[in-house]
Amino acid sequence: MTKKATFKNKESVVIKFVGDSGDGMQLAGTLFSDTAAVFGNDLFTFPDYPAEIRAPHNTLAGVSGFQVQIGSEKIFSPGDLCDILVAMNPASLKTNLKWVRAGGIIVTDADAFNEKALEKSGYESNPLEDGSLDVYRLVKAPVSSMTRSSLSHLKVSARMAERSRNMMALGIVSFLLNQDLDATFKFLEDKFGSRPQVLELNKTALSAGYNFAETIEAIGTTYKVPKASLKKGTYRNISGNVATAWGFLAASERSGRPLFLGSYPITPATEILIELSQQKALGVKVFQAEDEIAGICSAIGASYAGSLAITTTSGPGLSLKSEAIGLAVMTELPLVIVNVQRAGPSTGMPTKSEQSDLLQALYGRNGECPVIVMAASTPANCFYYAYEAAKISMEHMTPVILLTDGYLGNGSELFRIPQVADLPPINPPLAKANDENYKPYRRDPETLVRQWAIPGTEGLRHRIGGLEKTDIYGTVSTDPQNHQMMIGIREEKVKKIAEKIPPQKITGEKTGDLLVVSWGGTEGSILTPVKALQKEGKKIGHAHFNHIMPLPINTREVLQGYRKVIVCELNNGQFVKYLKTEFPEIKYLQYNKIQGLPFFTGELTELFNKLIETEQT
Amino acid sequence: MISNRILQSEQELSKEDFVSDQMVKWCPGCGAHAILKAIENVFPEIGYKKENFMFVSGIGCSSRFPYYVNTYGIHGIHGRAAAIATGVKLANPGLSVWIATGDGDSMAIGGNHFIHIIRRNLDVNILLFNNQIYGLTKGQYSPTTPIGSITRTSPHGTVEHPFVTAGLVMGAQGTFFARVPDNNIKMMTEVMFEAARHDGTAVIEILQNCIIFADGTHSQVTGKEVRDDYQLHLKHGEPMLYGKNKEKGIQMKGQKLQGVVVGLNGVEMEDILIHDRYEKNPGIHRMLGKMGPPVLPVALGVIRSAEFETYDDMVEVQIESAREQTEIKSVDDLLKSGETFNVT
Ligand SMILES: Cc1ncc(C[n+]2csc(CCOP(=O)(O)OP(=O)(O)O)c2C)c(N)n1
Ligand code: SF4
Ligand SMILES: [Mg+2]
Repeated sequence: MTKKATFKNKESVVIKFVGDSGDGMQLAGTLFSDTAAVFGNDLFTFPDYPAEIRAPHNTLAGVSGFQVQIGSEKIFSPGDLCDILVAMNPASLKTNLKWVRAGGIIVTDADAFNEKALEKSGYESNPLEDGSLDVYRLVKAPVSSMTRSSLSHLKVSARMAERSRNMMALGIVSFLLNQDLDATFKFLEDKFGSRPQVLELNKTALSAGYNFAETIEAIGTTYKVPKASLKKGTYRNISGNVATAWGFLAASERSGRPLFLGSYPITPATEILIELSQQKALGVKVFQAEDEIAGICSAIGASYAGSLAITTTSGPGLSLKSEAIGLAVMTELPLVIVNVQRAGPSTGMPTKSEQSDLLQALYGRNGECPVIVMAASTPANCFYYAYEAAKISMEHMTPVILLTDGYLGNGSELFRIPQVADLPPINPPLAKANDENYKPYRRDPETLVRQWAIPGTEGLRHRIGGLEKTDIYGTVSTDPQNHQMMIGIREEKVKKIAEKIPPQKITGEKTGDLLVVSWGGTEGSILTPVKALQKEGKKIGHAHFNHIMPLPINTREVLQGYRKVIVCELNNGQFVKYLKTEFPEIKYLQYNKIQGLPFFTGELTELFNKLIETEQT
Repeated sequence: MISNRILQSEQELSKEDFVSDQMVKWCPGCGAHAILKAIENVFPEIGYKKENFMFVSGIGCSSRFPYYVNTYGIHGIHGRAAAIATGVKLANPGLSVWIATGDGDSMAIGGNHFIHIIRRNLDVNILLFNNQIYGLTKGQYSPTTPIGSITRTSPHGTVEHPFVTAGLVMGAQGTFFARVPDNNIKMMTEVMFEAARHDGTAVIEILQNCIIFADGTHSQVTGKEVRDDYQLHLKHGEPMLYGKNKEKGIQMKGQKLQGVVVGLNGVEMEDILIHDRYEKNPGIHRMLGKMGPPVLPVALGVIRSAEFETYDDMVEVQIESAREQTEIKSVDDLLKSGETFNVT
């Protein structure tokens, strides 16, 4: 294959593949990303599924998409606006045109813009012909007919041939970005090796698309994204939900405590349940419960019986688990509750991401009921935060809520594969058989942690439960002084964990004009504008929190270093509310977006610039 | 002795091995005391290592049970004992798991978990203290309170059709169901042993008297004057006879069970049904479960004990076969599986 001689180097490119649900856009996007990764680009992907399973063909509701940003520098997000949009039908163009940057390239299947499809998607005239797309570089490729004719020698039905339209489109994009098709072929072989005919169809369509792009003049300049300088090692592309599941598997192996998951399916958390169901060979026991309450309660039972027990859910499910979280707090058993947040309240917008369960995680229980709250901030670091949540939970005998969100859970990025042996050790405080000093609520004087006495172990029979207990002995008690003391102990135990977690980092200087504060899934979308402004010499810093309850011990110091502090969240101001109660002396600004969308670089850059320039708050 | 995957005790155990140091706080005269006695009788007989017994409960008078037996135990939250026990048993199938629950705990707030644990046939034993009332909260009607009953929350009588526990259990595809009165410790002990021997979810409905809020609710069955005529003690392989001199029996007439007198109206011994608790088809078990006064006696003892695969066994088998079939032996293997890229 001849490579086009003239191309421009670009630091990063954002591409979105969109089409009807059945058009194979997820596959095209995944192949594109994997090919880029083999070449050496960094990347971040995000699938954009329709809420409906099978919406009517060619309708706006049925549009499925896959967005990816590839780069020669570290990539923090799937990108805001696309440089290239591949739109397989009018409906997908209509819903996604707003995400294409002016001057961007739009690749379409011109054959799909027929009268019926145009009408179904609400176009009054054909946008490919009426000049409405003049600000873009439009590639009108007759993808459907070309696919049919290029595959005619393979003697398959037109319908069968048209299934490879996505590969034809991918071929065009591969040319536009000067990608090496050999790697893509290899992935196709891995995927379709057992179905030679399908493999042949896809390979032929891919090459045909590439060759088509090479011969038409409409294409003009092409691009190349040079290799990123990634740290040496083995990488894989991983989604946040899979990374979460694997983090727990690693923690289980490292701690020697078998993994148990009790869970009930709910978008966007179900992937964790699905992933762990596939890993039975590693000994994980997965219980798909009858509801969220049974999910968490089974996990509490498994925890008492000595497992690293977890339960996974999303917002509405967390609501159902509240009472049982209290039981885990009271019984002081290890338990990790993962909440892959989505837009609420109630059923809300299940497929859209949000950060609006923070207050529920912090406070949503009866009684004085402290729980560790942490949040992952990139798809890949879900692995490490799941691991750390498990470690803290077991070593401190206390439940941990780990917050991720739909954006992290479904998004994916490159993950440098660690060795389990290099991860920090996990030492659960197991009680020893026949230890005469064992008492259910006897504690380590330093950490206030009680011991884990596992059923089956000789000489340690004991009962625990949700009723208030006396310290040390664990007998049921309504003694007034004891209750107040026990509440103090449970709170203190959790607060002491601040000594074990890393101090809060700032991206930037310790002091300056504007400190941007954020937490959870927004790290990447905030880092991008912050770094750009820092390059311009602006005195802006970024403190992104992964540990929320307790906060890192240096948090006050971090917040005090800057002239202005702005807390950016995808909710109505929950973290800022918490910070105000913890550090009321600091003056906070806040920026809140609650549209089921991530922050965009443009809006943040403008906001930050304005705040840096104005004197007063 | 029962042999299965649960470890047997090396020493002979006695009642004292299971007596807890906690003060038993049920009302004097409460039927729960007898249930505790029966457990203390049966655990040494079952003979598992004492550390391998585990009690799980929800909330209610009945759910205080774990504090009163010296085993591992969790006193959970209202309605969720079955869910907690599921986690315990799956995490460690080598434990003998016992659930203590009330009629409200298991069939009102915990109804969902109750039917699902039964449907899955998890190998646990459920002691269902059916006092037909909410005891702990002081006397509100429950899902098993007879229609028309006056309680704290039904001053004009309840207008709810009660559950027949047996019907619910068998409707949920229960594999083991037994019913016992709280004033027959011997029968209770025997039935508990049979429950332990059964692989799968064993539900024992105990007709328990709450002397404070529903005194005499079962007296139509348990009362001295009526019990001969209203108790049918089922024994596997034996004819279903009752009455003071076992002169009465249960016969299948058409599609219904009928009470008949042997020797009267041409009824002979051969006409009386023989109890087969192991029959997989629940048809007659269901009829027996629903049977009761004023015309017929209440079936007591083990009504059903049918053999079906247990959930916990199937989980273990799947894990074993997954282990045999995979190349992925560790998390490191998993991390490196599939598409990976080397940066050198
Ligand atoms: C979530 C919740 N709702 C309500 C209660 C109050 N409550 C405690 S026990 C109980 C009913 C108990 O009745 P039952 O299960 O029949 O047990 P019994 O006391 O009769 O043995 C209720 C309503 C509670 N503890 N928790
Ligand atoms: S209230 Fe009723 S059920 Fe509860 S302990 Fe007293 S007698 Fe027993
Ligand atoms: Mg009751």
